[in-house]
Amino acid sequence: MAREKRISVDNYAVAAVPRLGWSGWARWFWRQVTSMRVALILLLMLALAAIPGSVLPQWPQDAAATRAFIEGNEFWGPVLDVSGFLDVFGSPWFTAIYLLLFASLIGCIIPRTGAHYRALRAPVSPAPRSLARYAERRTLSVPDAQAAMDAAAAMLRPEPRWWGAVTGYRVRVDHRQGGDGPELALTADKGHVREIGNLLFHVSLVGILMAVAMGSVLMHRGQAIIVEGRSFTNAVVAYDSFEAGALFDPASLSPFTLTFDSLDSRFDTDGRPRSFQANVTLTEPGLAPWSTDIQVNRPLQVDGGKIYLQGNGYAPDFTVRDSDGNIAFAGPVPFLPQDSFYTSDGVVKIPDVTSGPQLGIKATLLPTAIMDIDGPRSVHPDPANPVIFFSVYTGDLGLDRGIPQNVYILDESEMNPVHDAAGDVAIVAIALGDTVDLPDGLGTVTWETLPRFVALDLRADPSLPWLLVFSILSLLGLGLSLFGSRRRLWLVAPAASGTTVVTGAAYAPLYDETLGTRLHQVLDAVATKEQA
Amino acid sequence: MNAQTLSVMALWAATTLYSIAMLAYAVRFSRMAEVQGATKRQSLVTAGAPTSPESGTVASQPQPPAPDRALGIARATMLVGALFHMLGVGARAVEAGHVPWSTMYEYTITGSLVTVLVFLGVQARRDIAYLGAGVSGLAAVSLGLALSVLYAASTGLPPALQSFWLIIHVSIAIIATGVFAVAFIATIAQLIRDRYESVSPRPEGRLARGAHSLPPAAALEALAFRLNAVGFVLWTFTVMAGAVWAEHVWGRYWGWDPKEVWSFVIWVIFAAYLHARTTQGWGGRRSAYLALVGFVALIMNFTVVNYVFQGLHTYAGP
Repeated sequence: MAREKRISVDNYAVAAVPRLGWSGWARWFWRQVTSMRVALILLLMLALAAIPGSVLPQWPQDAAATRAFIEGNEFWGPVLDVSGFLDVFGSPWFTAIYLLLFASLIGCIIPRTGAHYRALRAPVSPAPRSLARYAERRTLSVPDAQAAMDAAAAMLRPEPRWWGAVTGYRVRVDHRQGGDGPELALTADKGHVREIGNLLFHVSLVGILMAVAMGSVLMHRGQAIIVEGRSFTNAVVAYDSFEAGALFDPASLSPFTLTFDSLDSRFDTDGRPRSFQANVTLTEPGLAPWSTDIQVNRPLQVDGGKIYLQGNGYAPDFTVRDSDGNIAFAGPVPFLPQDSFYTSDGVVKIPDVTSGPQLGIKATLLPTAIMDIDGPRSVHPDPANPVIFFSVYTGDLGLDRGIPQNVYILDESEMNPVHDAAGDVAIVAIALGDTVDLPDGLGTVTWETLPRFVALDLRADPSLPWLLVFSILSLLGLGLSLFGSRRRLWLVAPAASGTTVVTGAAYAPLYDETLGTRLHQVLDAVATKEQA
Repeated sequence: MNAQTLSVMALWAATTLYSIAMLAYAVRFSRMAEVQGATKRQSLVTAGAPTSPESGTVASQPQPPAPDRALGIARATMLVGALFHMLGVGARAVEAGHVPWSTMYEYTITGSLVTVLVFLGVQARRDIAYLGAGVSGLAAVSLGLALSVLYAASTGLPPALQSFWLIIHVSIAIIATGVFAVAFIATIAQLIRDRYESVSPRPEGRLARGAHSLPPAAALEALAFRLNAVGFVLWTFTVMAGAVWAEHVWGRYWGWDPKEVWSFVIWVIFAAYLHARTTQGWGGRRSAYLALVGFVALIMNFTVVNYVFQGLHTYAGP
């Protein structure tokens, strides 16, 4: 037959087996994927595959470090980048592992749900012929076997509540022919709650995965830096950076306005942060403006998301006059903190000079400046003695090339620093409120004020409630599946009238420590009932 | 004496007492081995006597005279050590003015306390004195390391930690760690016993007699599983509570921060362990190895991840 193939069974025998067709292979593959062994291997692979994500720099977590890593490792950098090791959790191989794992999970729970449903409806299996092989075994002398069975059954039968049928014992009593004549045999069985919990846990995991997937297409988040006294209107263009899922509708953004009024920051004497509170005024469409605050652990709930306080710093306000005495630049410039003492770097780009080349300023702010043998440095984040050191660059800022520029970096390809008489790069110090001359008679700079800025994050993810619900369900299911007890209890007694001996036995997995106690309780209850 | 001095002195006292307890437990263990060796030789003499078929699987061998004095010393020093330990952790909380688990030092002193308390709690219900040497040794080493290497004076909480989620998320993580630690010791005992049982004829020698005094490997596996199951549920809750807190403070519930990666890895390893237990050919020794790997990953998450990797959880670091 064409559909058969001969394979060797061992060294001496060959057998004809049906050839696996397309559907045969598919079935084989499905059976492999859904087997426990493969699920186990996939789990171990998942754990192993996640580790590089913590060891190597990752694009989504730290793009700058990742870029530096690629540049610093001429061979391995690009190789690891191409093979997905620098974005492990978005890489095809990581995705493949967890999708296979979920396929395995679904393929496992669907048949199990059916089997468990049938098991729930199937009658309890009768007591074994002999109880001798069970370790947990006791006997009790009773005056009436039937009454003893009734008492035990009454005790073990679940209370008539809706969950009793699931969590309680299921009991059956048989009159049957035993080895030594007719006997009464009682079986009590419970353990469904374990399987139900197990199924609930796995179904909830699928729910979590679906909620995550839903979140990734519907979410949006944006970052904005706002200087003290300024406002921000919620629109995609207003954010410094914005990302959204494929199904996000930009028109759905609620056009509220947020004004950053002031920042309350507290540091201890060593400069460690103690609290940050951004005082803001929120104006939602159709509502009166109201004052509120955003703290690190207390995001602000707005229509369509939450606003988080992610960072803060200083944005010194400068007025720059060019060599002709005209104001070429005026306004606050956010300086990014570089250390815990808020030593902050910033760049002022001055394209609109009356005559001559464009100006650029690279500056470092020291909020509490001191001078020691290593030179000037900041010793506290509070502005006790703010000093800015800067150098001036002239040339072409490169703003007209149509390429978006990083506002915190001066493009030095067409700019040259101004040197002092000794031939070094001229460094100028300025204190708050002062006006200093730029070197080479390029103009003057006035440092007007020192406002704060905050970095705010707006995030919205409509999947969060689903995620929470499925997480709680999975935790519940896990608890039930691990701590629900699975027990069988039997009582067997000769069906003779008069005093007789009831033999009780119980069986449960080895870790069930209170099994013996339960058997005791049942027999005690029987004894009490009989005496009464 | 202020709270800081009191805390450090009480913790050093606890370290010393745990060390004594460990020695006493070890002495007791080796005496048990001697006694059992002796009864074994005795039973060889009486071998051949008819045994009741009814005795079945119920082990009804005569209880050997236990080396009670060493056990008494071990239990007493462990208990008093735990009291000093509680005093030390409590005084640290008073000194710091917040829950004592915001830095590595605080996490270690509280985590080792939980390990000891879990042991004492289980011990109250069933005899697990054979794990005493391991647990008290682990507690003494981690306390000693905490005091000598990790110690950092209390400096108050940074804004990111000023949340009631610190109480929930980290306390459950610590309890999970403590439970996993006792399970780890039980798993090691299981593997020792398993090795002893797998050799035929049963080996002689001091170590083998020690293994002989342990419960059967299947019983140890059951104990380790029970503890690991509790630990796993607690760890699941830790990860979920962490996600809720992360959503609250960082604006995203999951961002593959190194600590999150490793918490995930640990979760997956223990999930694999639970699956392995019920997989043909993976029960017993193989799944026990997985549990050990899981605990090693847990320790890695606490040490290597804190020291080596940069992440958002760095305030927990040194």
